[in-house]
Order: sequence, then C-alpha cells, then structure tokens
Amino acid sequence: MSTQRPMVELRNIRKSYGTLEVLKGIDLSVERGRIVSIIGPSGSGKSTLLRSVNMLEEVSAGEIWLDGTQVNQPLSGRAFERHINGIRQAMGMVFQQFNLFPHLTVHQNIMIGPMRLKGLSKDAARQRADELLAKVGLTGKGGSYPNRLSGGQKQRVAIARALAMQPKVMLFDEATSALDPELVDEVNLVMKQLAGEHMTMLIVTHEMRFAAEVSDHVLFMDGGVVVEQGTPDRVLANPTEDRTRAFLRKHLSN
Amino acid sequence: MDLELLARIAPFIAEAALVTLELTVVSAVIGLVVSALVVLARFSRLAPLRWAAVAYVSVIRGTPLLVQLFLVFFGGPQLGLDLSPFTAGVLTMGFNIGAYMSEGIRGAILSVERGQSEAARSLGFGRLDTMRYFILPQAAPLMVRSLGVNTIILSKGTALVSTVGVVELTYSAQRLVTSTYKPFEVFAMAGAAYILIIGIISLIVRMVEASFDPSRRAPA
Ligand SMILES: Nc1ncnc2c1ncn2[C@@H]1O[C@H](COP(=O)(O)OP(=O)(O)OP(=O)(O)O)[C@@H](O)[C@H]1O
Ligand SMILES: [Mg+2]
Repeated sequence: MSTQRPMVELRNIRKSYGTLEVLKGIDLSVERGRIVSIIGPSGSGKSTLLRSVNMLEEVSAGEIWLDGTQVNQPLSGRAFERHINGIRQAMGMVFQQFNLFPHLTVHQNIMIGPMRLKGLSKDAARQRADELLAKVGLTGKGGSYPNRLSGGQKQRVAIARALAMQPKVMLFDEATSALDPELVDEVNLVMKQLAGEHMTMLIVTHEMRFAAEVSDHVLFMDGGVVVEQGTPDRVLANPTEDRTRAFLRKHLSN
Repeated sequence: MDLELLARIAPFIAEAALVTLELTVVSAVIGLVVSALVVLARFSRLAPLRWAAVAYVSVIRGTPLLVQLFLVFFGGPQLGLDLSPFTAGVLTMGFNIGAYMSEGIRGAILSVERGQSEAARSLGFGRLDTMRYFILPQAAPLMVRSLGVNTIILSKGTALVSTVGVVELTYSAQRLVTSTYKPFEVFAMAGAAYILIIGIISLIVRMVEASFDPSRRAPA
C-alpha cells in the first residue's frame, strides 16, 4: 500500500449547467486520514464539487480519483453503473436534509446497505448497526422510525448509515445547516470523533470555528474557483486574498 | 315504485352486474400490466422508449374512449383482427385505462423526494434497486389511491361497451325497459348496482391503503 497515493484526487474539474460554468477547473488532493473543509459563499460551487466526487453530479471535464481508481471512467451503460455503484460503496455521504428512509426503522436504515450490497447476514448487519448506534450515542433507538427523531438524532443516524458501508472517505454537505442551534454540537461531536479515528473527510461547512478545529486543510471557493487554500491557520486566521477576508469578515460578524 | 317489478328484474340486473364486474376486473388487470410497461418505458435510459411512452399516453388521452372502441371493434377486422365484443371491450378499456394509470404511478414516483434516491445511490444502490427498496415503497400509498380512482372511473366506463353489444348492466337495463316500459325503476336499480360495484372497489382500495402504516411515513 503506497502512502504517497492520495485518497481523493480531483484534477482540473469543470462543470457547467448549460452555459453557466459553476466549477472552473478545480484541483484537490486529499491524503489518507486528512480532513479538508470547503468554505465559500452561497452559490460558489461547494455542493457541486462535493457531489462530483461520488458522481451524483456528472462533471463536464477533469478527472476524479479514489484511492488509485478513476471514478469518472468513460464506461457505458451497465458497465458504468456497476463501476460507480462499487465506488459509491466506498464513499459515505451525509446530506444537509438527512435523507433518511422514512419507511424504514433506524435499524433498517443502517442495515439495508450492508445486507443488500455487501451480502452481510441479518445478524451481522444488526450487530454492526448496534455498534454504530452506540458510537453516535443513539443506543436503543434502533426500532424507531425517522419521524420520531430530532434533527440532530436524524443526522447521527445518517452518519451511522453511511459508516455501515465501511467507506474509505466521508463526504459531508452542510451536515448541520438544517439543525436548530442547540442540536449542532451533538453532530459536530460525532464528526470530531471520526476525525480522531483518522477517517478521510471532505466537509462542506459554513461553520468557521468547526472548520478551524477539525481541518488539516481549508479550501475557500468563490465563483467556481479555489481562491485560497492551506492550513486553517493560514486561510482562516491569516488570509491573503481580499475575497477570503471579505467572506470571513461577514461570516465571523454574524 | 313497483316492488313486484323490482323483484322480477333483480335477477337480470344481478347477472348483468356480474358482467360489468368482470369487464372491470379484466380491463383493470390489463391496465395494470400496460401501465407498468409504460412507466418502465417512461423512466428508461433509452430516449426512444421514453418518447414512445409519452406519445402513447397523449394519443390515448387525446381521443374519446368510444372512438378507440369503435376503431378496435369495427376497424379491427380490416386488419384481420376479428374480436368478440367482450374481448374488444376489455382490450380497448385496458389499454385506455393503462395510459391513465401510468400517469398516476409516475406522479406517485415523482412525489418521492429527490433526496431519497440520492441517499440510496450514494450508498451504492443501482437504479432498479433504488426503485425497488426505496422509491416504490414510499410511492405505494399514493399509487394505490390513484389506481383505485382509475378503477372506479373504469367501472363506469364499461357502460360504453354496450354500444358494441356486450350485455352488461347498461345494455341489460335498456333491454329490460323495452320489455317492462318502466325506465325509472330499471335505471334506478342499474344505478344502485353500479354503486355497489364501486363500493366494493373502494373497500378494497381502503383495505390496501390501511396496510401501509401512516406512522412510518415522513411528516411533510
Ligand atoms: N441543477 C442545477 N441546474 C442549474 N444550476 C445549478 C444546479 N445546481 C446548482 N446550480 C448552480 O450552480 C451554482 C453552484 O451551486 P452549489 O449548490 O454548488 O453552491 P454552494 O456553494 O453549495 O451554495 P450553498 O452554500 O448555497 O449551498 C449556483 O449558481 C447554482 O445556482
Ligand atoms: Mg451547497
């Protein structure tokens, strides 16, 4: 196993919706176990970039690599479907709106992926689900349906659901933006715990304090380009670009 | 009201009601199969299949059922398609209601939030598995309701096949009128028979609907 090979690598990613170019050539390399936060104003392309990594969005140009395998391989039809389903199993994604499956219990939400996609037995999947529920602080909630949970609990189940696939990378798209302020910490705590376990993570966030605490690397995007990047100390505490300064000023003041 | 008359015509009405029920059930089954195929085509990755599905639905919805029935029953023999009135009736109504049912199913599928399929796809589920395990179960209650409404419309639409000579409720009632000269009693009784049939359909729909526990559905 090479220690040099990045876990996630984006090379010159471009993405257009019709004539609107929202990603204008983005490069990013994330080493194994590193945590990269992506910040920037609304509409700058953060979500589009994150969703390009597991190809929920198809890029117009560029290359996406996961641990030495090209994600956006030029395969057709069924072959691509097989390929991308395998790739996605190795990348967990957490959404702003949780997107739990409302017709399934918490247990079933977590177990269905490992059982259907990885061939785990019901008992094994159940055991894994219970371990993950313990980890996110929701022991005993397995039998509940999602509509019985608070937002913070929902998001922690969503994280457990993603972790149940034992992914190499976790992608977070504003995981706490839809939460009431008092529920943000419980989700951040789980994410910090993952950071402590050296999970490779890409985090889109508008919480500068959280980004400063957990990230190894911060990416400031505006208008589809990376304006500035580096350690949190560099980008958040001592930004050199005017656009970064203006953004941070606005964000730290409110 | 002539009670003795009602008792006399009741067996004829009952027999004809069974034919109407049979027309409804057979057409509904054909409609279900047709609608499933149309929906599959509609969500296919192949554009020509999608266009064919759209064209099919517009043609069916753009022409009267009666014209479709005459086309099949009277026009069919010209193409070597010599169908009995009953067969022509259920085929026409099945393919007709299938178009409407497909729109209901499609609407129910589209009513499921986009985030649901994104969550499933991001776990690594394929297109079909995503439909099967996540979208269809959530679309099911709405789907059943819309299929039920279409089946009720269908059951009343069966009256049209009286025009090609199937002795169902409406045609049977017309014949009873010519022998009894009591149109009010006869048609009132026929109407009551339709209400009974629709009541049975509604009951079945409600039972199926109740089998989906609403507590499992997401609050809006
Ligand atoms: N499906 C789409 N069709 C057309 N334009 C889109 C689509 N999705 C996003 N966009 C546009 O792409 C740009 C980038 O959007 P994106 O959602 O990536 O921004 P963001 O940085 O995540 O913003 P926010 O902080 O508000 O979530 C925006 O201008 C948006 O309007
Ligand atoms: Mg976004």
